[in-house]
Amino acid sequence: MAKKSLNVVESAYRAVMEEQDDTILWLLAAMQGAGGAHTVVLRGNAVNYAIAGQGAPGLTIGEWKQTQAPRMDRDVADLIENRKIPVYVVEEDLAERGIASDELVSGVKLLSRRALPKLFAEYEIISHW
Amino acid sequence: MPKKTLTFALMDAPYESANLTTAFRILDAAAKRGHDINVFAYEGAAALAFTRQSPHPNPVHGKNLAEENHPTTKDQVAALLAEAAKNGGKVDWVNCGMCVDERGVNEFVPGTRRGSPADFQAFLDASDNTLVIPTK
Repeated sequence: MAKKSLNVVESAYRAVMEEQDDTILWLLAAMQGAGGAHTVVLRGNAVNYAIAGQGAPGLTIGEWKQTQAPRMDRDVADLIENRKIPVYVVEEDLAERGIASDELVSGVKLLSRRALPKLFAEYEIISHW
Repeated sequence: MPKKTLTFALMDAPYESANLTTAFRILDAAAKRGHDINVFAYEGAAALAFTRQSPHPNPVHGKNLAEENHPTTKDQVAALLAEAAKNGGKVDWVNCGMCVDERGVNEFVPGTRRGSPADFQAFLDASDNTLVIPTK
C-alpha cells in the first residue's frame, strides 16, 4: 500500500514552455500511475494553474514553431479526472490574486489556510515543491 | 532602425526556467530586425546548444514522439542563427568552455563556438547594449 502523500505546489510556470507541462504535476501523474497515492495543494502563484481557459501561444523562433504549448488547466483537470489525484487550492491565495472560484477547473476543491494543518495530519508524507 | 550589436548573457540550464523562454523571444525579435547578436552562454546555459539533446514521447500526455513534438533548445539555437542570417544579422554564440567541460556538453550546434570570459568582456566592450538574464 502506497504511503499517502500530500504535495504542496507553489513554484509555478517555471519551465512549462520548455517542458510543455509543469514538471511536478507531471511527476505526480507518473508516480500515481506507478501506484502512488498523491494529493495536490496549489498555493501561492501556483493557484493560477487551476484557472480554466488559460493557454500560452507556442514559442516561435524564426522558422521554428512550438506546436504543443502547455495548457495548465488541462493538466489540472487530467489529475482530477484521469489520475484520481485530489487537487486543492488555497482560497486566500486565490482572493489575493483576484481570482473567483467560478473561474476554476471543475473538480478543484477550495481550502482555507486555517484548514491546512488538519489536512497535513491526514498524510504520511508532505512535500513542498 | 540602424543595425545594432546586442549582447546577451544567459545562465539558466535548459528545461528549468522561464527565463530562457523570455530570452529566446527577445533574441528572435532582435534577429528579425537584423541586429548583430552576441550570446555568452554561461553556467547551465552552456547546455543550450548541446547537439545530443533529443525529443521524447510523453506517456503521461498520451502522446508519441511526433505528437508530443517536444522542443529542444539546440533546435531553438539553430533557428535563431538561421533567422539572423536571413535578415542580414549574425550571431556569435559562445559557450563557456569550462562550463561545458564540467557538464560534458562539449558538442555544439554548428555556428556556435567554445569561448571564455574574455569573449564576454570583448562583447561588452563592442556592443551597443547588453542584457544579462541571470539565474535565480
